[in-house]
Amino acid sequence: MKVLKDLLRDGKFAFGFFVLIFLIFLAILSFFSPYDPYRWNLVPRDMPPSLSHILGTTSRGQDVFWELCFAVRNSLIMSLIAGVLSRIIAILVGMIAGYKGGMADRFLMFVSDSFLVLPLFLIIVLIGSMAKARLNLVSLGLLLGVFGWAWDARVIRSQVLSLRERDFTYTSLLSGSRTMSLIFKEYMPFLTPLVFATFIGNVSWAIGMEITLAILNVLRIETPSLGTMLQWALNYQALLLGYWWWIGTPVVTSIMLFIALYLLSISVSEYLDPRMRVQRIGKA
Amino acid sequence: MNFVKRYLLPRLIIYFLVIFIGITTVFIIPRLLPTDPVLQTITRLRAQGAYMDPESTQRTIETLQELFGLKGSLSDQYLRFWQRLFKGDFGPSFFQFPTPVITLIKQSLPWTAALLLTTTLVSWFLGNILGGFAGYFSNQRWGRFLDYFAMVIRPMPYYILALGLLILLAYIFPIFPLGGGYTIGMRLTWSLNTLLTLLRHAFLPALSLLLIGTFVWFQAMKLVVQSVKNDDFVKYAEAGGIRLNKIATKYVIKNAMLPQITGLALSLGQIFSGALITEIVFSYPGLGTLLYNAIFTGDYNLLMGITAISILVVTTSILVIDLLYPLFDPRVRYK
Repeated sequence: MKVLKDLLRDGKFAFGFFVLIFLIFLAILSFFSPYDPYRWNLVPRDMPPSLSHILGTTSRGQDVFWELCFAVRNSLIMSLIAGVLSRIIAILVGMIAGYKGGMADRFLMFVSDSFLVLPLFLIIVLIGSMAKARLNLVSLGLLLGVFGWAWDARVIRSQVLSLRERDFTYTSLLSGSRTMSLIFKEYMPFLTPLVFATFIGNVSWAIGMEITLAILNVLRIETPSLGTMLQWALNYQALLLGYWWWIGTPVVTSIMLFIALYLLSISVSEYLDPRMRVQRIGKA
Repeated sequence: MNFVKRYLLPRLIIYFLVIFIGITTVFIIPRLLPTDPVLQTITRLRAQGAYMDPESTQRTIETLQELFGLKGSLSDQYLRFWQRLFKGDFGPSFFQFPTPVITLIKQSLPWTAALLLTTTLVSWFLGNILGGFAGYFSNQRWGRFLDYFAMVIRPMPYYILALGLLILLAYIFPIFPLGGGYTIGMRLTWSLNTLLTLLRHAFLPALSLLLIGTFVWFQAMKLVVQSVKNDDFVKYAEAGGIRLNKIATKYVIKNAMLPQITGLALSLGQIFSGALITEIVFSYPGLGTLLYNAIFTGDYNLLMGITAISILVVTTSILVIDLLYPLFDPRVRYK
């Protein structure tokens, strides 16, 4: 709790933290929704915000507020899957490349370089549009996880490279500890801040990607998420018809979410290690 | 000779390997996925009301397999895929049948290239110079203002920022056109009027790419400068009484820019993807909009063509940046 208190003193962290808590609250609220997000025409259509419908209703006859709750929940779940999977790959690749060195290192870094250099967005779109309508949120999360690890693996590798040369590595090897226990007991504490900061960055990237892919119509459009919510609003020309509450809700929510995640990752990594700032550069 | 062996050759090898992997991925993906493009096309034709007897269905399937390059064994297909690629043949587009895919790409590529080249270069220089000064004079108020601005702009995905600008500057304050690359029905001639229209249409897409790009480089540069700032040679120059502005430009920014060149090479793939997304928002007539149409019409040939060409374009640009790098960094040249 003390850590949290310290962190909350930082304005950036406080902002990000409360926005995120609020969004998680919305996500939990979705379990108590009075409406089924997959059904249409449950409420009067195109109503501006009022007391009975806090954020108005859509042209599909859905309540914007409750749809948002489901959207936030699904987007968060999807991005967590992507974040966790890509963290696992990034840690494995970074550790093996950094610790083993030699051919393994060269090969793994070549793979991660190719991932950085290739326009992955197009490849994801290619997969998405060919698997049309089969890509649900879980498989999208897994797909993004497979593609999102390259930069973070490099960051972890460079950290392992420097850890390997330190005295405690030799001490623990000479005193007979196994490689696995060395890696998990000795190296992991150094890597945790890196893993955490890159995790937040990756979650944010996955949510942005989901929105883009939804707009491109390569996802299952019935599943509510921040992206599909926006896509429906655009499809029904909410912008031209002046239904600002419909299109504005996902846009404002996602903007807040992106800023919150970004501020969180900055302030957490500054708190954990000021030198880390240098390592975060270039993650465009 | 040493330079060729130690710098040029490894990069060329990696360049060809990356292209090989990328193109092979483009070849493999459609074959790994459970959907069959031939079957899908036939289903679509049927849905559009075309009646086909079994024999003509069989013939259509064969023709489609030929067009998609799906005939023969997997290794045969793979070899033919490369042969066709070298000839620049991606088959006909289904969205604008029978125009070859390559013609469509040739029409859109200049728009994307022009937009991307200008915005990337301008935002790179602008971001680096702003970031350099903000990092060196880190106590100034304008620097902190830019910093806060960057914190808001930086995490936005391209799509959301572009949409925000579109809503703000085309709907709420209708200063700029809603989309397109030129006025509908306009003929492209060499005149001032044409140029102005083109610029007016390119303004919003360029602005959104510039905003994101500039602040990404701004933050990266600021961090590099903050570490260069404490190097001995800077302290020495300060002690020697050289004007601070001169130290900032000639000593600090010049040195801190070098890692940024590598950074540019590494993030080009993402910048390129971002430009495609931006084009879609503003329906700018480049590769992005072509991609959008390809997705919506289920045009696999066009999709694969765009992806393959993009891989070539991006990797080649990265190679060019890499090969230009020794011009800026004497340490690489003399090694």
